[in-house]
Amino acid sequence: MDSDDDPQRLKDLAARLDIARGDVDGGGEGARGGGPVRPSGLGIAWRVSVELVSAVLVGTWLGWLLDGWLGTRPWLMVVFLLFGGAAGVMNVYRVVKGYDDSVGLGQAARRAGARGSSTPKT
Amino acid sequence: MREAGETVASPVHQFEIKPLIPVTIGGVDVSFTNSALFMVLAVVASYLFLTLGMRQREQVPGRWQSLAEITYEFIAGMIRDNVGKEGFRYFPFIFSLFMFVTMGNLLGMLPYSFTYTSHLAVTGALALTVFIGVTIIGFARHGLHFLRMFFPHGAPILTAPILIPIELISYLSRPFSLSVRLFANMTVGHIMLKVLAGFVVSLGVLFGIVPLAATIGITILEFGIAFLQAYVFTILSCIYLNDAINMH
Repeated sequence: MDSDDDPQRLKDLAARLDIARGDVDGGGEGARGGGPVRPSGLGIAWRVSVELVSAVLVGTWLGWLLDGWLGTRPWLMVVFLLFGGAAGVMNVYRVVKGYDDSVGLGQAARRAGARGSSTPKT
Repeated sequence: MREAGETVASPVHQFEIKPLIPVTIGGVDVSFTNSALFMVLAVVASYLFLTLGMRQREQVPGRWQSLAEITYEFIAGMIRDNVGKEGFRYFPFIFSLFMFVTMGNLLGMLPYSFTYTSHLAVTGALALTVFIGVTIIGFARHGLHFLRMFFPHGAPILTAPILIPIELISYLSRPFSLSVRLFANMTVGHIMLKVLAGFVVSLGVLFGIVPLAATIGITILEFGIAFLQAYVFTILSCIYLNDAINMH
């Protein structure tokens, strides 16, 4: 992207821009770096509720489809309803912990750990 | 005043899709609707905003050029922070996605306009495009190794029958939550505005001031939500893209 004909000058410029930006949109919606930073309470409520409900619905729907395919009408739907609930709780846990950038919980936790304390807690 | 109150349109009337140019191909209704018209308008507005803004190409940008540059920088920064260098290959898509959603939300704020992002069919199609695209990118880059994502590294193998369905459902629920969040926010906001504005008319001059003030406040809030939801939609797409590109 950048032409590096004068790297030192560009680096200085970048540093100054970062400082200037930090003054302008600190904590605003355009917060930079490491995912959504400091969302509003309503924003979290929206995310959490949608994640919870959607996982349950998708789980139940998946179970219903499998039932139709395998001919075991009510049973798989019941099982997948529970799986959906578990997935929903896990989604919410990820959102709240700020791990929602990955599917595998182990990987996400490791990545968050590797990033260290630079990632602010929601 | 009383008569005026009774002629107030229903709050959901604004979401009605009306065919402007009826077209039917092979028994399928593909009419050019008001929804389609506003999508075209959004694309035209984005195009004009960016090309006319950048026409001058000043070293020191004016207001308009600055806005266009900030939009570019904003998305570029989002991709750099959330996906990394690899993500810049998908910059055109992410940028178009952001512009399309933002313009849709903002055009919806104009009186008498139509908000296409308040339709689940539209947001669902966008979210599914992101979801399917990201899944294809994941399989293309990692092959079958991409499936390892559904089983946490280091978990006991006995937990696989429980963990794999849960992770799978969690993954499949993404397009759903992505589309529902945008659609619900826009729909709720617009209904709320309409209902409150209806109160202004029915309460008359004396008491109408209160809902009028509330309407103004909510209108300002809605502008914020228009940007915020476009931002959330785009950043979550980036996060999903990051999953597919840098699996570990």
